[in-house]
Amino acid sequence: MKNKLKVLRAERDWTQEKLSDELEVSRQTINAIEKGKFDPSLPLAFKIAKLFNSKIEDIFQYEENN
Amino acid sequence: MQKTKKDWNHKNKKNTINLAFWTISWTASMALSTFGRIFIWHDNMTLSIAAILINLLIGIGMILANIRFIKGLDELQQKIQLEAMSIALGVGVIGGLFYSQLDQANIITSNAEISHLVILIALTYMVGIFIGRVRYK
Repeated sequence: MKNKLKVLRAERDWTQEKLSDELEVSRQTINAIEKGKFDPSLPLAFKIAKLFNSKIEDIFQYEENN
Repeated sequence: MQKTKKDWNHKNKKNTINLAFWTISWTASMALSTFGRIFIWHDNMTLSIAAILINLLIGIGMILANIRFIKGLDELQQKIQLEAMSIALGVGVIGGLFYSQLDQANIITSNAEISHLVILIALTYMVGIFIGRVRYK
């Protein structure tokens, strides 16, 4: 699954540490999501979307061949 | 929001310290029940039973502390723990029975010791955690 988390974070000039604090997860989790190594659960995806005032599908894009 | 963030970090820190406390206590009570019988109370049955029961109760506390610790982790950390535990369980069962068969067939000269199995599980679990952390780095 592709995502725009890194772009959205950069737009706000937030560090991974700051974002991890906001979402109450570890910095490693933010890094893994940004690199596409880990797909967040639906509740965490909703939390991310709410934080960035976006829809989930605007942040996360499902890739058929993944 | 700030208060919640602090709470999450604080809760995780507290869970980790709590787990460390129970683990150290369990290890100490295990040492006491094992070596106390030999060096302190010289096979006194009442004291031996008491020490073993204390070790069991502290062990239950350690299990509960571990559950609380795991539940407090975020979803990726929980995934890493789950993968490490599944590897450790698999290696423990397969390795343990393999070891037992070697002993029963007299292929190894020494007796199969449960402590060797515990060490194998612990080492496998630590390697599993390390692999998980590197994989999702």
